[in-house]
Amino acid sequence: MNLLRWARWNPYLVGIGIGVLSWIAFAGMHKALGVSTTPAKFAGMATGVAAPQHVEANSYYGKYFDSDAGKVMFDWQFFLVLSLPIGALVAAKLSREKFTETVPALWASRFGGSKAKRYAAAFVGGAVMLFGARMAGGCTSGHGISGGLQLAVSSWVFFIAMFASGLVTAFALFGKDGRQHV
Amino acid sequence: MFDLASSQMIVYGLLAGFVFGFLLQKGGVTRYRVILGQFLLKDFTVLKVMFTAIVVGAVGIWGMRSAGMDFPMHVKNAAILANIVGGLIFGVGMAVLGYCPGTGIAAIGDGSRHAIPGVLGMIVGGALFAEVYPSIKDGFMKLGDAGKITMADVTALSPWWLIAALGVIALVLFVMLERVSPGSAGSAHGERNIGVGHSD
Repeated sequence: MNLLRWARWNPYLVGIGIGVLSWIAFAGMHKALGVSTTPAKFAGMATGVAAPQHVEANSYYGKYFDSDAGKVMFDWQFFLVLSLPIGALVAAKLSREKFTETVPALWASRFGGSKAKRYAAAFVGGAVMLFGARMAGGCTSGHGISGGLQLAVSSWVFFIAMFASGLVTAFALFGKDGRQHV
Repeated sequence: MFDLASSQMIVYGLLAGFVFGFLLQKGGVTRYRVILGQFLLKDFTVLKVMFTAIVVGAVGIWGMRSAGMDFPMHVKNAAILANIVGGLIFGVGMAVLGYCPGTGIAAIGDGSRHAIPGVLGMIVGGALFAEVYPSIKDGFMKLGDAGKITMADVTALSPWWLIAALGVIALVLFVMLERVSPGSAGSAHGERNIGVGHSD
């Protein structure tokens, strides 16, 4: 099908696709699309290799590693997260996109072309973001989309807070001039 | 600790992740400049994708439930202070990284090298929160806790009124946005970044 080879789909079409995917997830799989629990559980697993008693004593990991309560480490969401980049890779290959990015143009315009600097910032950004996600109880998928469509109060509160904060941060980092680079 | 889900759930998870990642890439939201373009209010792809997904998702899921289908909902706790502070922290990290957790992990498959340290950072962020959690779980994390409530519970309205309102808001927003930022990611502002990205 030709559509699969298009480099970009209309954002409304993509939105409909994700909406329909969430029907299937909810009604067919009894799950809600979400991502951010998995990196936290992965952290617990990695810590557990070095210090199992520390992980066992931790009340946060305890919520997710309680086998007696039917909690599973390698669960539905773990495999969802595992195949996310595969889906993206296939989508990119089908449209023959050869995209690689180490330092984005917008970032370079403000902070220079240093790869080390960008990677360090990406690392810190990822850490801060996931810390916030676990505090709030979800991310843009679990809260934003799955929570949003369930009309959850927690999710709409999160969505507004994260959008406002992202906007302020982006303008603080790049200013209005940054808009020429996106 | 290292338990494995049933083979059915493994296949379901792999399928859902594949389709999700595929859609995110086609939508252009696995790109740093599209995410930052949203926060800088220039490229509205992210809002278009998310709001459409929310409205379409809501109509189907509440519709199936109204039609008598029985499946669990997954409403998260409204611990309002944690939702707000967590959201504020999340937004700072997302603007610095240029991806959310899902788009960041998918972006690795789309050729983003800097998403890799970003994902490693996410794991460390999860570990940090786990260390902090025991000292805030009974205080801060419970402040303003209203339980797993929806806006339908709060307003005592039928969810359909809220979904209708959401649909109207989305429609008005989309009509306005199409004047400011028409089309899809990449096509609106040219493909100049594809294959460039200041690599080495």
